[in-house]
Amino acid sequence: MVLEDGASFTGWTFAGGEAGEVSGEVVFTTSMVGYQETLTDPSYRGQILLFTYPLIGNYGIIPGDEESPKVQAAAVLVREYTPHYSNWASELSLAALLEENGVLGVEGIDTRALTRHLRDKGAMRGVISTVERDVNVLREKANAHPKMVGLDLASSITELSEPVLLPAFGEERGRVIALDYGVKGSIYKELRSRGASVLAMPGSTPASEVLAQEPDGVFLSNGPGDPAALNEAVTNLRGVLGERPVFGICLGHQILGLALGCETYKMPFGHHGANHPVRNFSTGRIEITSQNHGFAVREESLPAGVEMTHRNLYDGTVEGLASPSLHAWSVQYHPESSPGPRDSGYLFDEFVEEISEKKARA
Amino acid sequence: MARRDDIESILIIGSGPIVIGQAAEFDYSGTQACRALRDEGYRIILVNSNPATIMTDPELADATYVEPLTAETVAEIIRRERPDALLPTLGGQTALNLAIELHERGTLDEYGVELLGASVSSIRKAEDRQLFREAMERIGLKVPESRVVNRVEEALELARYIGFPLIIRPSFTLGGKGGATAHDPEELRRAVTDGLDASPVRSVLVERSVIGWKEFELEVMRDLADNVVIICSIENLDPMGVHTGDSITVAPAQTLSDKQYQTLRNASIRIIREIGVQTGGSNIQFAVDPEGDDFYVIEMNPRVSRSSALASKATGFPIAKIAAKLAVGVLA
Repeated sequence: MVLEDGASFTGWTFAGGEAGEVSGEVVFTTSMVGYQETLTDPSYRGQILLFTYPLIGNYGIIPGDEESPKVQAAAVLVREYTPHYSNWASELSLAALLEENGVLGVEGIDTRALTRHLRDKGAMRGVISTVERDVNVLREKANAHPKMVGLDLASSITELSEPVLLPAFGEERGRVIALDYGVKGSIYKELRSRGASVLAMPGSTPASEVLAQEPDGVFLSNGPGDPAALNEAVTNLRGVLGERPVFGICLGHQILGLALGCETYKMPFGHHGANHPVRNFSTGRIEITSQNHGFAVREESLPAGVEMTHRNLYDGTVEGLASPSLHAWSVQYHPESSPGPRDSGYLFDEFVEEISEKKARA
Repeated sequence: MARRDDIESILIIGSGPIVIGQAAEFDYSGTQACRALRDEGYRIILVNSNPATIMTDPELADATYVEPLTAETVAEIIRRERPDALLPTLGGQTALNLAIELHERGTLDEYGVELLGASVSSIRKAEDRQLFREAMERIGLKVPESRVVNRVEEALELARYIGFPLIIRPSFTLGGKGGATAHDPEELRRAVTDGLDASPVRSVLVERSVIGWKEFELEVMRDLADNVVIICSIENLDPMGVHTGDSITVAPAQTLSDKQYQTLRNASIRIIREIGVQTGGSNIQFAVDPEGDDFYVIEMNPRVSRSSALASKATGFPIAKIAAKLAVGVLA
């Protein structure tokens, strides 16, 4: 594997060896468990995913734990792959899952050195090849891969060709339109288990079509790519703000920020892991959070009327926003966890509470 | 939360002799605590019967007593030194037991000594199997079916309901001492007799055996603002039935999926809050069904334990040092 700055690392394939050559932005995640959820998270679409945890594959692949129907990462880099998995619920190995999806898995990489390199120099594009051995050739190919900044990966990611209604589990307390920019499945489960029916629509749905459905609230999903490239989504959202309560997660948080007049920027190596402490300003409490993002909302750009509600205690970045007058709020991290701690489920409680009140008033 | 300025001196109880089968884990934690609290400017009074510990080196405490770890001796030290507070959560089971005894004798009240880290009620709730069972039931968690008995005949009767194999655990003992497994009435008779002798309060717990289940531990910390974090998870490669002290353990857990792990994490957070450990580290043990998602809470140590040393080394997080600082309100 060669990075765009010419740094090279060698390993051997444990799955998908036929893939030949793969390029993408290389990002590392520090989660110690949850590789299945992580690999199937659409926010990782097209990225080369590096696990800092040194043993991957230990508990196999468990049906139902996936966040989307397929492996989204372009390739997987691990220190050591464990072929002999151990867990009563698992039905196949990680290698088998990667094979099924035609995704390259590489082990034997010095993941610590590679992680330090990315942490010091920032996220980089890279190329993995099972055929080409010339570092200079591969370096050129890495540099030819599109840069993440300016890249719209979210607008066309949805698998929806038309809106899909997912009914609430149990009695319906309200109806949410979820704009899908690459949603994780567990977000819908969290909403539905609290009594929200979810009408899933493509992220590019115009405001008029969203409002024509007369939802009690609008949810903005997570997703991949640069939020600043999503002009259409931002414009659409502006047409919804103030009309309905809005709650966003991850990319949805960034889109809300942009719609409220904030700026976003690319972080050096982003947040990818399941142990980030975040302070909730309204309670003063610390939540341990699940994170996966390479862009963030710039704190200095928050206009009047927009509050910062949560802050990351590792680097001080914005983790939550609210516009009380517009009944809109969002978090950068993942309250649905999957993988990660479940400290922040109250955010779904609050959203469903808000929409059920809205429904009651209507 | 700010540093406690209303207390000036703190008594720390060490763990005494290092016995075969135990390492120096409580010297490790006690030494960290002495250093951490002295750095914060408190006067440290230390009692430990073991002069071969690092913590009894003269520079680690302001006053060091190498004296027997009995309630009488510690009460005399309290009379002489008049500490404002007692930190009992870093000297293993010995220190916790002594703290309870000093409370029951009225010594702590008489001299106005405040317990730091864990209250008497939380120590009792964690240590007394019946209170622990009730606490777990209140928060919707299961412990293996069991009963505390004081006589062999009671144990034999119980066995007719629960069936074999059974585990016999004496109350208030060190390092699981006196614990045993019984596969038939004869083994049960022997194990209960031995267990009653080993227990300072002559009671044993007879419980359903989860031998062969997967064994996990979580190292949990809480601060005075009620923030809870998991320092790490630990998996015992040897299943339930092999004592942790004899077992090969690995941090973090290896064979749990994220969803299975988060279930244990959530349970741990509920447990430390329900037991009411105010600050510092606790160790919580779980038995997980190898063939399903069923699990039992096995026990909770409301103190720094032997696993804390392993967890500290595996993660780089100094559990005892942070526990000591949290106990006096620093860092919260």
